[in-house]
Amino acid sequence: MRNKNTWLVVIILLVAFSLWVDLSDNLLVANPFSDTPLVERNVETKLGLDLRGGLQALLEADVPAETVVTSEELVNAKNILQNRANALGVSEVVMQTAGDRRIVAEFPGVTNPEEVVSALKQTALLEFVDMGTTPLPEGSKIQTDFGMENAPATTESGETIYKTIMTGAGLQTASVTRSQTGEYAISFVLKSDATDVFGEYTTSHQQQYLAIVLDKQVISAPIIQSPITDGQGQISGNFTQETAQTLSVQLRSGALPIPIKVVESRTVGPTLGEESLRKSVQAGLIGLAVVILFMGIYYRVPGVVADMALITYALFTLMLFKLIPVVLTLPGIAGFILSVGMAVDANVLIFERLKEELRNGRNLNQAIDLAWSRAWPSIRDSNTSTLITSLILFIFGNTFGASIVKGFSITLALGVIVSLFTAIIVTRTFLHTLLDKIKLAEHPRWFGL
Amino acid sequence: MNIIKNRYTFFLISLLIIVPGLVFMGLNWAQTKEGPLPLGIDFRGGSLLEVQFENARPTVEEIATLYAEFSSAAEPIADPIIQPLAEDSFAIRSKSMTDETKGKMIVEMEARYGTKVTVLNFTSVSPAIGAEVTRAAGFAILLAAVAILLYIWWAFRGVEHPYRYGAAAVIAMLHDVLVVLGTEAILGYFLGWEADALFLTALLTVIGFSVHDTIVVFDRVRENSNILRRVEYETMVNHSIVQTLDRSITTQLTVMLTLFSLVLFGGDSTRHFVIILLVGIFSGTYSSIFNAAPILVVWENREWTTWFKRKAETSA
Repeated sequence: MRNKNTWLVVIILLVAFSLWVDLSDNLLVANPFSDTPLVERNVETKLGLDLRGGLQALLEADVPAETVVTSEELVNAKNILQNRANALGVSEVVMQTAGDRRIVAEFPGVTNPEEVVSALKQTALLEFVDMGTTPLPEGSKIQTDFGMENAPATTESGETIYKTIMTGAGLQTASVTRSQTGEYAISFVLKSDATDVFGEYTTSHQQQYLAIVLDKQVISAPIIQSPITDGQGQISGNFTQETAQTLSVQLRSGALPIPIKVVESRTVGPTLGEESLRKSVQAGLIGLAVVILFMGIYYRVPGVVADMALITYALFTLMLFKLIPVVLTLPGIAGFILSVGMAVDANVLIFERLKEELRNGRNLNQAIDLAWSRAWPSIRDSNTSTLITSLILFIFGNTFGASIVKGFSITLALGVIVSLFTAIIVTRTFLHTLLDKIKLAEHPRWFGL
Repeated sequence: MNIIKNRYTFFLISLLIIVPGLVFMGLNWAQTKEGPLPLGIDFRGGSLLEVQFENARPTVEEIATLYAEFSSAAEPIADPIIQPLAEDSFAIRSKSMTDETKGKMIVEMEARYGTKVTVLNFTSVSPAIGAEVTRAAGFAILLAAVAILLYIWWAFRGVEHPYRYGAAAVIAMLHDVLVVLGTEAILGYFLGWEADALFLTALLTVIGFSVHDTIVVFDRVRENSNILRRVEYETMVNHSIVQTLDRSITTQLTVMLTLFSLVLFGGDSTRHFVIILLVGIFSGTYSSIFNAAPILVVWENREWTTWFKRKAETSA
């Protein structure tokens, strides 16, 4: 094997780097010339919902099967849902589109899945509401007469029912602008039929308040300064750039472009998740230890070398999980443990070949290189077939929002790729290095012969 | 060691394992009228609620009454299947219900039984999506089989009749799929195990492993077919199996060791998954050695032409 020393250096550097990543939650490289760090990256292990508890919901466009949902509609719906979820104060919400009519939503650690789900399902309704001369503060919940016929002035419990002038359906566009004094505002353009309604109303209700209400909650209640008859207007209020941006998004797409229903919902309590994690990690460590013992006893020196390769394998894979990052789920851990088996298989294939070549009377250096080149086609083809299966699993899992299957396929595929590297490069380099240091060739028993 | 010579004995052993599985698939079908395996909510749709009670656990009847009260035309959740878990919990399976209904039900449970109720786990899948997942899973397996067949065909293009290797590998793979499905059917019949998304993952893993293992044996056949040109095909295949036997057993052992540690220490949530993997991976190694390679010989000799003519001789 040529370049043995180069590989040894590469491996040692990689091991050092992976130890750094594996053992820290945050990568930080200080910049000697300034205070801002050169590199800063959070590499905490990401745990799936089944291990940390939380809610996962699969949402689907609630339209007949033959109705086509465009990807733009789906992405818009996803963004609006994301905003709504953030508004609920749930942290680390992950939303992804799956296939052409579904969205997977994940809420780690939520304790109130019912509320989250019902908030998501709402079809947000944007209304322009007549508030007369007494505006309500932002955030007030109100009742409106939208959708009611001959609405009474108050509800049975005495709440005022406000009159809806028009809904978000009348808006053409909305965007953020800045007034001359530097305040953020939102300018909007109305569709032609809404222009007439709006013009008439604003002419007859000057100096009164017109509230903008999303899902029955007052977003802002600007005063009508002058009639708006050209269908263009501005909403000023106490906006920061961010709130103005959010509102303009909400105005543009106040209602979801497509109705959404929940087709699947999974909640895992935090205690169950914690227990599963603890037990799986424990089982994984025990499994690894048993395999390491077995390899050492059965294959002697090469076995011990393979064990070292196996440990580097575990370090590298964990590093990749943290860097990419891969969200670890229960099946994901199972996939990882299975790939340990496959990593061992590659070494077993080589060592069995090594024994054969030694029995055929080759010297050790030759035998090692021959064993590798002869075992390579079977390692390559068998692992390729596993990669093909993981790819099909990944596509299947991705399209149907089956994140269990997806998580499993990712860890299995990563494991296979890393195991190829460790079996081919790491074990071999270690074995050759060892060979140079001690006269192994004088001890055939060390090779289990 | 002559494995090829006894090939029909090994085929018979495979049949003896597969046939009972098929029988139980039939029994399941007759019982549920839905399919050969008792399907979990991932495929059939429905709700699974696992709740833990801090103080005294209510009786099964009380829970059933509660479900009946919450049942409505839109969510007909009456007559749930209630399974006690450990000392203080229940697993309750019913028709699909929404998170809102579940939330109200938990509040009602706490009020009625005067104890704190913790939701360990709640899954709800609509029937439509369950059916779709089932179809997609079947499609995924079919796709995997075709992709693997094509890949092996291509990878073995250097030897005569490369498609035979692909086909034999796929037949051995189907053998393992049947063994796994049969095991699941038997366990489902006696222990009430339901096939869920994890079961599907296990099945697909077995497919991957089965082919992985077969390719290692076939690789030796490929190599030997170039070296041992003068040796009879049958002898050459047998030689290849024997040469890879050490490796097959060792790999089998290491994978089994990791899986056993998962069964023993891995907790309840993965036990079903791991047991299916254990069975499937054992079957995967068996079929590589005793089915896949012998099939190559059967094909080479076109033995099916003599199956019905001289039965006594071939099955000896």
